Amino acid sequence: MKLQVKNVHKSFGHTKVLNGISLDVAEGEMTCLIGASGSGKSTLLRCINLLEPVDDGEIWLDGAEIADPALDPQPIRQRIGIVFQSFNLFPHMTAEENVMLAPRRIFKTSRDALRPTVEELFDRFGLKDRMHHYPDQLSGGQQQRVAIVRALAMKPEIMLFDEITSALDPELVNEVLQVLKSLKQDGMTMVLATHEMAFARDVADKVCFLDKGSILEQGTPADIFSNPRQERTRDFLARVLGPR
Amino acid sequence: MTSPLKLMALAAALSVSASTALAAGPCATGKTLHDGTLTIATGNPAYFPWVIDDAPESGKGFEAAVAYAVAGKMGFDADHVSWVRASFDESIQPGAKNFDVNMQQFSITADRDKVVDFSAPYYTSAMAVLTTKQIVEGGAKPTLDSLRKLKWGAQASTTAVPMLVGLVNPDSDPMLYNDNADVSAALQAGQIDAALFDLPTALFLAAVTVNDGVVLGQFPAERSTNPDQFGMLMEEGNPLKFCIDEAINALKQDGTLAKLEATWLAESTGVPVIK
Amino acid sequence: MSDSNKGPTRRQAHERKLKRRSMILAAISTSVVVAALVILIPLTPGWERVKQSFFNWDIVVRTFPKLLNAFLLDVAIFAWSVPLIAALGLAIALARDVRDPVFYPLRLFGILYTDIFRGVPVVLVVYLIGFGIPGLGLQRPFNSPYLWGTVALVLTYAAYVAEIFRSGIESIHASQRNAALSLGMSPSDTMRFVILPQAIRRVVPAQMNILIALQKDVALLSFIGPVEIFRQAGVFKSLLASFTPYVVAAAIFLVVTIPATRLADHMLAKQNRARS
Ligand SMILES: Nc1ncnc2c1ncn2[C@@H]1O[C@H](COP(=O)(O)OP(=O)(O)O)[C@@H](O)[C@H]1O
Ligand SMILES: [Mg+2]
Repeated sequence: MKLQVKNVHKSFGHTKVLNGISLDVAEGEMTCLIGASGSGKSTLLRCINLLEPVDDGEIWLDGAEIADPALDPQPIRQRIGIVFQSFNLFPHMTAEENVMLAPRRIFKTSRDALRPTVEELFDRFGLKDRMHHYPDQLSGGQQQRVAIVRALAMKPEIMLFDEITSALDPELVNEVLQVLKSLKQDGMTMVLATHEMAFARDVADKVCFLDKGSILEQGTPADIFSNPRQERTRDFLARVLGPR
Repeated sequence: MTSPLKLMALAAALSVSASTALAAGPCATGKTLHDGTLTIATGNPAYFPWVIDDAPESGKGFEAAVAYAVAGKMGFDADHVSWVRASFDESIQPGAKNFDVNMQQFSITADRDKVVDFSAPYYTSAMAVLTTKQIVEGGAKPTLDSLRKLKWGAQASTTAVPMLVGLVNPDSDPMLYNDNADVSAALQAGQIDAALFDLPTALFLAAVTVNDGVVLGQFPAERSTNPDQFGMLMEEGNPLKFCIDEAINALKQDGTLAKLEATWLAESTGVPVIK
Repeated sequence: MSDSNKGPTRRQAHERKLKRRSMILAAISTSVVVAALVILIPLTPGWERVKQSFFNWDIVVRTFPKLLNAFLLDVAIFAWSVPLIAALGLAIALARDVRDPVFYPLRLFGILYTDIFRGVPVVLVVYLIGFGIPGLGLQRPFNSPYLWGTVALVLTYAAYVAEIFRSGIESIHASQRNAALSLGMSPSDTMRFVILPQAIRRVVPAQMNILIALQKDVALLSFIGPVEIFRQAGVFKSLLASFTPYVVAAAIFLVVTIPATRLADHMLAKQNRARS
């Protein structure tokens, strides 16, 4: 297994947000987390990235435990890319500077040495002519693609996506989803929290339904969408997909 | 309705105006701020030895004593002298004043005289060098050559500033301070070596304020072309000036001023004259 | 799309009309006020005295060169204080921002520091440090009032500057920090390359106001000896029995501060334009 989450617990003060989550993600697989707002999807992704310390439980990446509180999170985060719903580009830097900052500081690579790889990434995601623009000169879809490029430039082993299309105008959603598809073809291991049910059904290898901080049900898209076993899963799908 | 209070006020007013006629001498009549009373301003606070214990009403201290003597000559008895406090700035600002004369070691200068009026001088001061024992032990001598090399300070609002340039002409720019207390603090902190004051003030500071204070030497009044003479300050064109000058000159003639100097100002003959 | 050779659009014509009308109104009201001042004030009974005291041309001519010379000292003190204030202020702001509980004492120090130095009048700090520390027995040149006066200004102003930096740092949304950390950047790189550049830009106007206040407080150093422009003006006031030297000093100050403020505003506006 590429990533293993074992019985993870997380509370904010007295609010229990993750309640013993266990999840296996195989190399090259795309796992989709679905569930109502507030069910803990974002928190789970942030815990995997070590932005939030977990209270209890273990997280394993490539056969090594990473959630040990005694470990320095910094080198581990470099191996795990994450993209957020609200892009979070650095507004005072051009797209290219956004992408180059972390590799420059962490790998001590010069701009010139980085440029070929970075240009290739921009090119691949249709951003070649936007490299020298500032974030506020880019559309939402372009910003989100830059954010993905920024995470990819660190050459992560696994990518986490937290509702990355939710803040986009409908006509821009597709260009971002295309990027995910293309990454899957490369064999990237991905975990994404999403409300794009159609996309999850078509592309995901595995779908997990989160409810109140627990994974209530998981399986292939066919299992979950066509044949949900839990009452709450059915309710949730009925609400997001509408009556059929 | 007539309240007892009003009656009392009326009686008081009558008695004041009655005594007025007696108190004011012919020269000053109708020329003072308040009829029958001479209003004199002093500093806030007023310093030793010019006014003792910041209480000019006691008549103790050189300026307080001179004030009552001048008032007496003009026909105001002690009960008809009233004191107020006023800064130098208040004295030179345009507009009505709250005093007839202001007396706080104001040096008479031609420039100031264009804007305000000064009485005839009531005191001519030697300038003196205030320093500390450490500086004297360090080799400072009461000679111009030695003094020039010192780091100097003075109180900014006094004529000691131009005098310093005129008499000593020090090698480095002098430091200037708001008041005597700050000059003393700088002397104590070793930021300046010496400060220039009128002799009575220097003697007082050396004795009381500055630890190990020493008056190193004095420049007698004759030494400068423009000696430091103290005059009472009045509003430009004040008609009282004539009466006051008359009174001061009379006190000078009859030896009163010299007597008051001897009473209130320290013996200065022990201070070496600067060569 | 409007053709350029078709003349102004309706909106342009309308705006032009409005602009002309407001210019005429402004011109009329300004000239009425100025005329009232110029004609009425000299009619007042005290005007001659006030003019003599505050606007005496002879005294302007006599005092200007020395005042200008003394002003150079203000400029010098200001110039060497600003970088020190900026550096210390930033350091204090960063000390107050550390999250690691190990560094809690550092944080506490930052809090105490800003509370104390913002609560005490600058004059007191200038006296206390300017006379007090040299009074402990330091030898020349280490007891210089320039040195300790500068220390007093720097300590006081760094407290204000630190608070402004801190408010700037806190105004940057946590998601920016998270984005940088999630890439594997160190907390210090995150602060240096992501948070601070945005925070500093955001607080430039507030810091400009602090600098203008500092300009004026530089004069407080004169309390401990240095003869800067306001002290020199005070000496002239005392010797000439006139307030005109203060007016000259103020004019010299304004000649520098007004363009400086305008320039700062202009730079800021330009920066904002460039970003949008
Ligand atoms: N930093 C935080 N402090 C306190 N509560 C939080 C914090 N982050 C998330 N929560 C709470 O945790 C719960 C799960 O949130 P989240 O993981 O964002 O859900 P989802 O992404 O599925 O919508 C919510 O009730 C939310 O209010
Ligand atoms: Mg979420």
